Amino acid sequence: MRAILIIVAGLMLPAVTWGAGGGHTYPDDRIEIDWDDKAAMQRGARTFVNYCLSCHSAAYSRFNRVGQDLGIPDEVVRDNLIFTTDMNGDKTKVGALMKTTMTPEYAEQAFGITPPDLSLVARSRGVNWLYNYMRGFYVDESREGLGVNNGVFANVGMPHVLAELQGLQAPQYKTVTDSHGNEQEVIVGFELVKAGSLTQSEYDKTIHDLVAFLDYLAEPYKQTRKNVGTGVIIFLFVFLILAYALKREYWKDVH
Amino acid sequence: MSEKQTGTGLMGWIDARFPLTKMYEEHLSKYYAPKNFNFWYFFGSLALLVLVIQIVTGIFLTMHYKPDGDLAFASVEHIMRDVDWGWLIRYLHSTGASAFFIVVYLHMFRALIYGSYQKPRELIWIFGMFIFLALMAEAFMGYLLPWGQMSYWGAQVIISLFGAIPIVGDELTLWIRGDFVISDATLNRFFALHVIAVPLVLLMLVVMHIIALHEVGSNNPDGVEIKKNKDENGIPLDGIPFHPYYTVKDIVGTVVFLILFSVVVFFMPEMGGYFLEYANFVPADQFKTPEHIAPVWYFTPFYAILRAIPDKLMGVIAMFAAIAVLFFMPWIDRGKVKSVRYRSGAFKLLLVMLVVSFIGLGYLGALPATETRTMFARLFSVGYFGFFVGLWWISKNENTKPVPERVQ
Amino acid sequence: MVVGAVGMVAVAVPFLKTWSPSARAKTAGAPVEANISKLQPGQLIIVKWRGKPVWVVRRDEKALATLEKVVDELRDVDSDESLQPEYAKNWHRSRKKEFLIMEGICTHLGCSPTYRPEITSDFQGGFFCPCHGSKFDFAGRVYQGVPAPTNLTIPPHYFVSDDVILIGEDGVA
Repeated sequence: MRAILIIVAGLMLPAVTWGAGGGHTYPDDRIEIDWDDKAAMQRGARTFVNYCLSCHSAAYSRFNRVGQDLGIPDEVVRDNLIFTTDMNGDKTKVGALMKTTMTPEYAEQAFGITPPDLSLVARSRGVNWLYNYMRGFYVDESREGLGVNNGVFANVGMPHVLAELQGLQAPQYKTVTDSHGNEQEVIVGFELVKAGSLTQSEYDKTIHDLVAFLDYLAEPYKQTRKNVGTGVIIFLFVFLILAYALKREYWKDVH
Repeated sequence: MSEKQTGTGLMGWIDARFPLTKMYEEHLSKYYAPKNFNFWYFFGSLALLVLVIQIVTGIFLTMHYKPDGDLAFASVEHIMRDVDWGWLIRYLHSTGASAFFIVVYLHMFRALIYGSYQKPRELIWIFGMFIFLALMAEAFMGYLLPWGQMSYWGAQVIISLFGAIPIVGDELTLWIRGDFVISDATLNRFFALHVIAVPLVLLMLVVMHIIALHEVGSNNPDGVEIKKNKDENGIPLDGIPFHPYYTVKDIVGTVVFLILFSVVVFFMPEMGGYFLEYANFVPADQFKTPEHIAPVWYFTPFYAILRAIPDKLMGVIAMFAAIAVLFFMPWIDRGKVKSVRYRSGAFKLLLVMLVVSFIGLGYLGALPATETRTMFARLFSVGYFGFFVGLWWISKNENTKPVPERVQ
Repeated sequence: MVVGAVGMVAVAVPFLKTWSPSARAKTAGAPVEANISKLQPGQLIIVKWRGKPVWVVRRDEKALATLEKVVDELRDVDSDESLQPEYAKNWHRSRKKEFLIMEGICTHLGCSPTYRPEITSDFQGGFFCPCHGSKFDFAGRVYQGVPAPTNLTIPPHYFVSDDVILIGEDGVA
């Protein structure tokens, strides 16, 4: 099951109430993550180390743990996932935490802030948000140095790192009237203005895989948790039957 | 204490030095509980069970956790990822916190509907209220420890409440934090209070709660004193020994509880953001307030009362009054009939109003405030306090049904 | 009896005093300098002082003009109830009209409000607290009908030179 459930963007979303957060974002699609599809997560891991890990870290996670969980042998992890070096300039060990090589000081200079750690981003933001965010970059010349804005995270400081894959897209606007009677322009669609190396559906799939990996990264033991849980609950049901029989036996003579 | 146990063997040796058999009999095998307990009576023993879960998992968490502003957040993720089975211990503890409040709220509600706070059980109720208070302190301080955004800003909001106190307010908040903002100093002292100080108080209160209960005996769904009708041996006619009858019954309740508990722990530990808030997966940042700060669900009813009142000091007073008023339940209720089964329709109506208000407040307290919601929060606040005023009013001359002599 | 009580209190004091800010915390609370030479009109920078965000805002003419317009909607126009040094108890709440130096902590429950420099028909610009919806004007004065009780706090500060301010001390100027 790798079906991507697409629910058409809610154009009629109640418009922004001032300061209450939320409001209109585009795109607004939903995805499902299939935890049995390790291949998708492996592809996501590749995208992650190639594009994300240069600036963002995943500092609560370890390379070899990712390898173990996704079924990648240590040698392959070393050759294909690790591009960073440690303090001595040697290649990062497989058991190391997935830290970025960029120092916070450098990041502060380049972006104004340190890019957030991504270990838990799927838990704090949710997979749908990530899926939309990574597909939500659009051309905005008014943004100095970046040239892009984002339909999900307005005025975000992150450049469109995957532009070479997706290409560049321009927003299509529509004017809506909110509940206070104020008119405002909202994005209702994108139009590709410069092609990337992937088609739109290929790009969507790449992002889906990346998000699947991030979902894994946020809670690597999720599957173990559910497996153990099933066993525990089955045991408890058996226990319940016995406990109830015992209770009935004792309570026979209470009236 | 007429005849001393003159047993032989190991038990006799111990009993001559420590009243083990006597305690066993007083609290278990010869503690006579009414035979008509219904499911509402599970929650007391379940609360004890959750307390044990929290203490045991808590001890193991402290072995890996670091109460340090720079390390705390990472040490929690270390527990979740690097420590074998650490995720289980942590989820048991985080789910246990919410379970504690669910169980305790239901336990308190049981006392309300069956009049278990009435004479002669006033002290049991008051000890229980102190347990509730200690539990809130414990939960609040524990919530700071993961050092996520919600931990940080939730604590910031709650500690600022003390700033509303005239004159000493600002000094007091400074003293509580130990710094000009919530910082490492605050985290460290909250850790100390959370892992040792409050638990000790909590355990002591639980012992007092149970001793007081076993002194006067348990109430029951009919609100009849079983000690009024005893047989020739002085055993209540409607009583059965707690052990084995209620121990085997409570095992059933315990297992049902554990099934529900496990469903949350293993399949939905975040509980849709109510047990573990999403923003708490972001490390604390004192320069960035989250878009929307909501306390954990078990504080939301009181938080909604706070927000409903436009004046800061009055809001804080109202919030604390909402808790304080519960202490006076035994005297607010002037009625003589305990159980809701034999009380007036007016009482039942008030009870419904209380439940609706409390749940309504809890729901609103978790959402960002808008004008409509604030209006509703005010309405429910009136409903909440209205219960106590109404109860005091109607219970003077309440039109009750006749209470039976024996339990039904 | 009395001696015992005195003894108890005497013992309690050291324990309670351990909760006061330590020397380390107090040192971290020392005054800080900020260079404002590069601050553009309308821009806000955050300076960390005592672990709190302190805003330094360079207000342009338009922003200053709004301070007159909103007086009817404010709770405490003259800053009688709020905390600020005497030299900032004026209509623009600062030493120099152009520069506003203010603690970025909401007087309601300590959240950090966001800067809203846009002047619209709905809102004359200023600061908005995302926690409970408190609104403040460009001088940090609180609007009526919001939960925050008082205007935002102005920390002690002075201009060391035209380009440098010191936050945390009143200075002599």
